[in-house]
Parts: sequence; C-alpha cells; structure tokens
Amino acid sequence: MRKLFSVLGKIYRYLWLIITSPVWLPFWCIGWLSEKIGLSNWIADATMGSGAYLVYKNLTRKPLRLFLTVFATFIAFLIFGTITAFQVAFDSGVELSADDRLVTVNKINFTQPLPISYVNKVKAVEGVSGVVHMNWFGGYYQDPRQQVLTFAVDQEAMLDVYDEIIITEEEASSWKQNRQGIIVGKSIADTHGWKVGDRIPLSSNIFSQRDGNSTWEFDVEAVYTGADAQTDTNGVYIHYKYFNETQSFGGDYIGWMGVRTTDTNLNEQVIKAIDDMFINSPFETETVPEKAFNKAFLEQIGDIGLILGSVVVAAFFIILVIVGNSMVLSVRERTGEIGVMKTLGFKSMRIFRMVLGESLLVALVGGGLGILASYGVTGMINSVPNPLPTLVLNSNVITTAFAYVAALGLITGIIPAVSALRLNIITALTRT
Amino acid sequence: MTNRTLYDLRAVEKSFVKGKERITVFSDLNMSIAEGDFLAIMGPSGSGKTTLLNLLGGVDQPTGGEVWFDDARVDTLSENELAQWRANNIGFIFQFYNLMPMLNAARNVELPLLLTNLSKKQRKQSVDTALELVGLADRAKHMPSEMSGGQQQRVAVARAIISDPKLLLCDEPTGDLDRKTADEILEMLQLLNREFGKTIVMVTHDPEAAKYAKRTLHLDKGEFVEKDLAS
Repeated sequence: MRKLFSVLGKIYRYLWLIITSPVWLPFWCIGWLSEKIGLSNWIADATMGSGAYLVYKNLTRKPLRLFLTVFATFIAFLIFGTITAFQVAFDSGVELSADDRLVTVNKINFTQPLPISYVNKVKAVEGVSGVVHMNWFGGYYQDPRQQVLTFAVDQEAMLDVYDEIIITEEEASSWKQNRQGIIVGKSIADTHGWKVGDRIPLSSNIFSQRDGNSTWEFDVEAVYTGADAQTDTNGVYIHYKYFNETQSFGGDYIGWMGVRTTDTNLNEQVIKAIDDMFINSPFETETVPEKAFNKAFLEQIGDIGLILGSVVVAAFFIILVIVGNSMVLSVRERTGEIGVMKTLGFKSMRIFRMVLGESLLVALVGGGLGILASYGVTGMINSVPNPLPTLVLNSNVITTAFAYVAALGLITGIIPAVSALRLNIITALTRT
Repeated sequence: MTNRTLYDLRAVEKSFVKGKERITVFSDLNMSIAEGDFLAIMGPSGSGKTTLLNLLGGVDQPTGGEVWFDDARVDTLSENELAQWRANNIGFIFQFYNLMPMLNAARNVELPLLLTNLSKKQRKQSVDTALELVGLADRAKHMPSEMSGGQQQRVAVARAIISDPKLLLCDEPTGDLDRKTADEILEMLQLLNREFGKTIVMVTHDPEAAKYAKRTLHLDKGEFVEKDLAS
C-alpha cells in the first residue's frame, strides 16, 4: 500500500511538472541559457553592489511561491486594466460629448415626441449654428436579439452637427442623395460583415410600414469611423424622410434634436431661448447640454462606475491579502539571515529598503504583465465583431494602474519591511 | 601579541528584565584584550559567554559601565553607528556558519564588502584572495548546500576576514564539526592570529579547541577567572 502511494506521489509530481511546463519551462530555459553564456554572472556582478542582486535572489529562492504571487498580481491587474477600459468606454459617451452641443427633448421625458415644426424654430434661435432631428427606429438585423442602434435623422444636417462621424465627401454626397442610403458605424459593420454597396434589411420592433411590413431595405453608402478612438461606431443612420413617408403611424414627429451652438458661452442663453419658446405649448421642451443628457441616460442603466469599481476593489483586496501574507511569510522565514546581515553591519534602513524592494518588484512584474495582458484582451475584444464600445487603455488608465502597482508594492511590503527594520539582532540569531 | 589594549571593558553591567524579574548577567565586569590576542572563553551554559560575545560584537549594549575599543568608546554609539563600527572592525564566525543559502561561496564572502566603497574589481580580488586563504578557491561558485560543514565554515571565515577587521569573534566555531575538521578550522584561526595579527575571541565548550588560544578565560555566573594555558 505504501509503495502504491509512493508511486502515485511520483506520478502526481511529474504530471504536475508536465502540466505546468508551459509556465516554468521558458523561464528555466532562459535561466539555463544565461548561465551557460555567463549572462547571469554578468548581471550578478552588475547588481551585487547595489544590493539589487540580493533582492532578486531572495525573491527567487522559492520559485513556486514567487510564481503564484506574481500570478495573483497579474490577474488583479488584468482585471483592473480590462474593467477600467470598459468603464472608460462607457464614460467616453459623456467625456467625448461636445461642449457646444445641446439636446432638446420633450419635457415629459425623452421617449415622448416633438412636432417636426420645432426644428425650424430652433434653427432660428440666436446662437444656434445647426440642428439635427432624430428618431429612435428600434432597429434589429434579421433577429430581434441582434439589436442595431438605428436613428432616423436629417441627413442634410447630421454630419455638420455630429462632426465626429468621419466619412469621405463622396460618401456623404451619395448618402444624402439616396433616400434609402444609410451610413453604418465601423463596429456594427464589422459585427455583421456589412460593406459599402450592400443592400441590407433592417427591421423595427416599434414601427411598421403602411403595408404592415416592419422591415425596410437600405443601401450601405458609407462605413463611418470616429474622430476619436473611443467614439462609438455602433450606430446606423437612415434618412428621416424615407422613414417618415413609409411608416404607418407617428408621422411628422421627431424624437429629439441635437443643437449646435456658435459658442459654448451662449449655451445657457440658447437653452433658455428654446425652452421659453415652447413653454405652455402641448409639447414643452427641455434642453440640456449633451454631456448632462448622456450622463443621465447612462445613469438609468445603473451606476456602472460603482459596479465596475466594486469588482476592482474586491479583486485588489483579495490580492492584497494573498501577496501581503506571502511577503510576511517569506521575510519571517529569513529572520535569522536578516539577523546575520545586521550583525555583519548592514543598517536596518538598508534591509528595510531591500524588503520593500522585493514587494515592489513582485508588484511591478505581476502588475506590468497584467496591464500588458489587458492590452491584449481589450485588443482581442475590439478585433472581434461585438456591440460594445471601443475599449481603449488610455494614458490615464496606465498611470492609475502603475500608481496602484506602487501602492500594492508598498502596502504588501510595509509590514514585513518594518518587522525587518525593527528586528533585534539577538532575537533574530536565537531563532536560527 | 602587542601590549596595546584593543578592547577594554570597564565595570560593565548587563541585566535583562524577564517578566517581573530582573536577571543580572554581569554586575561589575572588567576585562582587557590586547591587540593580537587569541582568547578562548569557556564556561557552563548560562554563565554569560554569549552575552559577553554580543557585548564585544556591539550587537548588544551594556546597561552600565563603559566599553572601549581602540581608544574609542563604543557603548554610547547609536544603532546605525554601531552597524558601521561592526562592519569596519569586527568579523563574526558562528557555530552554524550562517551563510546565505541563496548565494554561492564567493557572493557570501563578498557580502561585507557591499558596505564599503570598493569597486566591483576590487571586491572580486578581495574575494579571490580570501577564498584562496581558506583553501576554497575552487569552490567559489558552489552553493552552501553543495559544501560540507567544514567547507561552509571556511567560507564563513573568509567572510569574517574579507574586510580586514581588527577583531574576530567566534561563537562555538567548531561546535558543529567533527574533530578533524574542527582542528583544521582552529589551525586556520591560529594562522590568522599568528601570521596576520588578528585579535580573536572564541567562545567554546571544547577544551581541545581552547588549547589553540593563547589564553583562556573561564566564565561562571557573570564572573571569570583567567588561566594562562602556556604556564
């Protein structure tokens, strides 16, 4: 029986080695090679004087523990990078809103319509440089589960008011001339494989045509990109006139207006002028800056920032405990060695710095790799067709991530570093 | 051995508080160690040998009296000053070698030199010389786990002498070794004392080891009696 357990133990050990070989084998090969060509000795010579070599050797004395600690940190920062990219993408709807753009909706709520006659009246307001009216089409492609953000718009004003939509002059001209023409965002085009020249059916889950058919045929005239990497390119814009003429109900009403002002300083004045104009009418309006409108819209879904932030905080808390515990253990095991170093004349502060250096290095390697991997993950998400906004790890996210790396390194290292700092030599030597 | 006093303990007191009890190890200890001396300290357990060694090594401070080393007072130094003083003046040899397990022999020996301003090249030369002196030049790249106890203690000796300290403090340096290896280590200490003029204080339980010293002090209950082995 004992023999059987011994054999099983060996099999388990070797199996474990084989299974984990993709992780350790590259490092082992690098180590072996650098040893052979004398690189490791050269590095040791170069870093011994500063004490960095001691930090490195202390860290690598238990490779499995090091790997697991770095891996835990890696996962935390992978989660952080990816989730923050999502958060930034959601926030970008607000962040990228133009300061000189307003949104006018029905005062009751934005699902209630406004008469189309309002458009010309708003255009005449002093300080307004452009107005585009929009209707929510409630579109989907082939299957109601494949929602498409479709808007019926005034094609003549659309590209002037929303100048972050980038298409060529020729494409714009073709779109304006073809009443069945549509422009589609790159992201949604990639999702469904649409390209310029395609004729595609889009159905509405709200409207139907006069013949009872709820599917419209459209020609793709352009695939637009965004002025900013984070500009949402999931939208589809159709001609309002074509939509209005073919729909069976609700004609001559619009959903809302996008209003561009000549100067952001005039925003307040324009807002007041528009809303005062329609006061006490059956369709009173509420005009707000686009930023405020988008923010309020997103908040209806829920506090995304809070939800995503909670996930990140939970991940970090767990990592803090794991890495902190690992660091405390690793320093406690070396109590005697720290005592010997102090006996040899190493000052307590130098040992403090070395221990802190270890935790910072773990955080830097794990965190750095995690951030790098989140680049890969967001890139992969962006590269496959999906209805999500474009995920971008901007410099703010990277800076924040590295601030967290430093904080993680300091927090997890401070307790063992202080213990090492305060360690009494005699106590340390008696423990050996 | 010269007549110059290297170490001077004047009316040294040392006591500990353990629970509610104060334990006095030394109440009025006076002791002089001449430059070039090789002193063995023997005594039963609890006699204060290790406490004395700790005081001499500056890893512990007396609760009273004065400690003078090389005409300078040591007991008033701060923790940082003491660390620097130890690095400059004292070489330690422990019973269980206390080498860094993750460093090879050469790197272990090099450790005290990290506290100096020596260049990489100078450090390497010193390490080579020290390892050659202890007969381990060919073992420079070996890890402690790849060496016998005797070899590890030789590395520890090399580490202790690398920064050319005035005083070597040895705490049971042969306590973990067989007789033959112990004799080799003791001969090496004797060589360091005779040829290189190193002052050595060695705490030991082993009368055979004490024979290698120039003189032996017997410590008992915090007081010692000097016996001249030569007489």
